[in-house]
Amino acid sequence: MNALALKAYELRQDVLDIIVSGGGGHIGGDMSSMEIMLTLYSRMNVDPRNPKDPDRDRFVLSKGHCVETLYAVLAYKGFLDIREVKARFSKFGSEYIGHPHNTLPGIEMNSGSLGHGLSVCVGMALAGHMDGRNYRVYTLMGDGELAEGSIWEALMAAGHYRLDNLCAVVDRNHLQISGNTEDVMGHHDLHARFAAFDWHVIDVADGNDVDQLNAAFDEAERTRGKPTIIIANTVKGKGSALMENKASWHHHLPNAEEYAAISRELKERKEALEHE
Amino acid sequence: MNKIANRAVMCEVLKEAAARDRDVVVLCSDSRGSASLTSFADTYPEQFVETGIAEQDLVGIAAGLASCGKKAFAVSPASFLSTRSYEQCKVDCAYSGTNVKLVGISGGVSYGALGMTHHSAQDIAAMSAIPGMRVYLPSDRHQTRRLFEALLQDTRTAYIRLGRNPVEDTYEEGHVPFEMDRTTVISEGTDVLLVACGEMVRPMKDAVELLKSRGISAAALDMYCVKPLDTEGLLKAARGKKLVVTAEEHAPFGGLGSMVAQVISAHNPMRVINLALPDTPVITGTSAEVFAHYGLTGEGIAAAVRQALEG
Repeated sequence: MNALALKAYELRQDVLDIIVSGGGGHIGGDMSSMEIMLTLYSRMNVDPRNPKDPDRDRFVLSKGHCVETLYAVLAYKGFLDIREVKARFSKFGSEYIGHPHNTLPGIEMNSGSLGHGLSVCVGMALAGHMDGRNYRVYTLMGDGELAEGSIWEALMAAGHYRLDNLCAVVDRNHLQISGNTEDVMGHHDLHARFAAFDWHVIDVADGNDVDQLNAAFDEAERTRGKPTIIIANTVKGKGSALMENKASWHHHLPNAEEYAAISRELKERKEALEHE
Repeated sequence: MNKIANRAVMCEVLKEAAARDRDVVVLCSDSRGSASLTSFADTYPEQFVETGIAEQDLVGIAAGLASCGKKAFAVSPASFLSTRSYEQCKVDCAYSGTNVKLVGISGGVSYGALGMTHHSAQDIAAMSAIPGMRVYLPSDRHQTRRLFEALLQDTRTAYIRLGRNPVEDTYEEGHVPFEMDRTTVISEGTDVLLVACGEMVRPMKDAVELLKSRGISAAALDMYCVKPLDTEGLLKAARGKKLVVTAEEHAPFGGLGSMVAQVISAHNPMRVINLALPDTPVITGTSAEVFAHYGLTGEGIAAAVRQALEG
C-alpha cells in the first residue's frame, strides 16, 4: 500500500481536529480533496527551508474553503506546525483563518472567493515561460466552483497560450452546498467542455486513489503544447460513512458523538488499508 | 492646445522602463489601441500579454505574473476595470499584496456619448474602499510622467485613472513639482481653498484666475493622490479659509469631495462644497459639453465659490 494513502487518513484526523477546535470548517470538500493535495505536495518542488525559491512549483487552492486540508498537508510537509494550527485555527487574531492567506509560509495567494485561482495560475505559468524557468503551476478547483464565469476566461487564455507548465485539478465530488452539482447547475460532459477549450483532459476514476492521481500527474508532465486538466472523481466527505456523499456535510460541524465516530472510522479504514 | 494625451505619455514611460527592465509587463483586454499601448505591444511583444475581452482574467493574470516578480500594468477602460474586475482588484491585488498597477483608461466621462456603461463615475469610491489600494488621478501629461516613474519604483498595487483626450497642461515641461503621495500646491491664497483631481485640476486653475479678478484670493491643490489623501497638506492649506470647494469627475458620493469633507469636518470644521457629476446617468456629450452642463469648468467653480461667499 502506498504510504501516502495511509498518511491521507492520518491527515484527515488532523483536519477533523482543526475544524472542531476552530468551531467550523468545510469538512466535506476537505475530505474529498485530501489525496489530491497530498499527492501533489509529495511531487512538487517546494522546500519549507526556501519557500520563496523562484524555481519552486506553485500551487493555488482556488477552492479556498478547503484550507483545513491545505493546513494539514503544509504541516506534514514542514511548512506549518500542526499543533499551532489546531490550537489557533479561527481564534481571535489568528493568522490561521478559514481561507488561504499568503502571510503563512507555503501559501502563494489569498483565495476564498471562488473562480480566482486559475487566472492567477495562468499569470504564474506565463511568467515561467517568459523567464525560461521550469517550474510547474497547479490549482485545485471545486466542481461547484466551475459555474464561475471567470474560470472559463482563464481556461480560454491557458489554451490560447498553450501553457503546458499549468495543470488544473477539479475535485469532482458531484456535490455543492445546495445539493447535487448537476441539479444546481449542470456540467454535463465536463471532459468535452475542457477539451473544447484546447486543454488536455484526464479523467481519474477514483480521485481518492494516490496511484491513479500520480499516473495523471505523470501524464500531465509529459504533455507538451497544452495545459492539462484532471477531472478527479472523488467522494465528498471521504473517510466516514457519516459524511460521505452528503451535501449536508459541506460545512457541518461534528458534535462530540460524531467526532468520536468519525475518528474511529478513520482509524479503522487506515488499519484496513495497512492490511491490503 | 496640447495634443498629447496622458495615456500616450504612460506608453512612453512604460516603453522606457521595459527597455531596461524585462520584468515590466503590460496587459490589455483588447484595449491596446484605446490605451495607446499598441507601440508597446509591437516593441516589446515578449513583455505584453493580451487577455481578450476578459477583465476579470486580465487582473487575475496580472496578479499571477506579479507574484512571480513581474511589474504588471493591467490596462483596461476604467468603467470595466473598476467594476467588472473589482473583486480581482480586491482579492488578487490588494489582499494578496501583488505588485499590480491597475490603469483605468478613458476614465470618467471620456466616452461621453457612449452612455453609462462606458462611464466610470464610481471608480474613486470603489477603489478607495479597498484596504491597501491606492488611487491616483494625474492632472496633465507632465504629472502623468512623474507619477508613472514613481509607481515603477514601488512594489505595491495602485489604481490610476487616465482620461482619453489630451488635456491642457497644468504644469510646464521641466517644472513639474511632484512628491509621491503629497498634494501639489497650484496656488497660494487667503480666502478660500479649492481642491481638485484629474481633469478638474485645469478648470480649478482657471477658477483661481477668475476669482482673483473678482478680488477673491483662492488657494488651490492638485490632489492627484486621492488615496492616500494628503491630510497634512490639505489641513495646512485649509487653515484660515472661509470655505473649501472640491471638484471632481465622479459621482457625488465617496470621491474626492467626500474624503476632503471627512478630513475637514474632523480637524477644522468649515463649509465644504462638492462639485461633481450628478447621481443620475450623465447627459450625452463630449467631456467638454458634459463638464459645461454640470458646471465643472473654471467659470462653474468660480461661480460656486462666489455664490457660497455671497449667499
